[in-house]
Amino acid sequence: MPDTEQSSEIREAIAQAISEHETILFMKGTPDAPACGFSARTVAALQSLQAPFAAVDVLPDPRIREELSAISRWPTIPQLFVKGELVGGCDIVLEMYESGELAQTLGVEEDEADVGESAEETPTVAPGLTQIENRLG
Amino acid sequence: MPNAEEIKQRIEAAIPGARAEVEDWTGGGDHFKATVTAAAFADRSRIEQHRLVYEVFGAEIGGPIHALSLKTQSPQDD
Repeated sequence: MPDTEQSSEIREAIAQAISEHETILFMKGTPDAPACGFSARTVAALQSLQAPFAAVDVLPDPRIREELSAISRWPTIPQLFVKGELVGGCDIVLEMYESGELAQTLGVEEDEADVGESAEETPTVAPGLTQIENRLG
Repeated sequence: MPNAEEIKQRIEAAIPGARAEVEDWTGGGDHFKATVTAAAFADRSRIEQHRLVYEVFGAEIGGPIHALSLKTQSPQDD
């Protein structure tokens, strides 16, 4: 398959994952084993709000990152999307976490999060992209 | 390899009226932290403010500049 065709397939899979998951984080590594401090801090903020989120590891194929950045017009990883919109990278997510805006954006109440039941199981990879990654080997 | 002073000058040259404070976060010359104040940020979302700064460096972000951590504000936020 020509490269351009594969790239557009990756781009479509990314766009689909963003539209299918209310909260989705593109990161280096996985929530359990982040491969970069910025990704780790972003995951920690989401987890401390007990917000369920899907996560995509961009490391297995450099094209995931290239296509993602082309879609989002955002050069760095991590990138958090909520309801199809880019919320920000690590700096913005942490700023919003500290101000309470993140809880609001994610639709979780901070007070409830503090005393609430344990968070839902976090899916580690968006299904559409797993498929793409597997196919690319 | 870029240094903090060069990054500061490029941000200030590219964004009219911007003031930037840049530090080399790790001392390794590839992780930088910048606080940028510019009138151009007023009425722009945080995402757009950060994009304006990232656009100064294009593909260097993620390349020679491994990370550029940003805090942006407009002068009236001071």
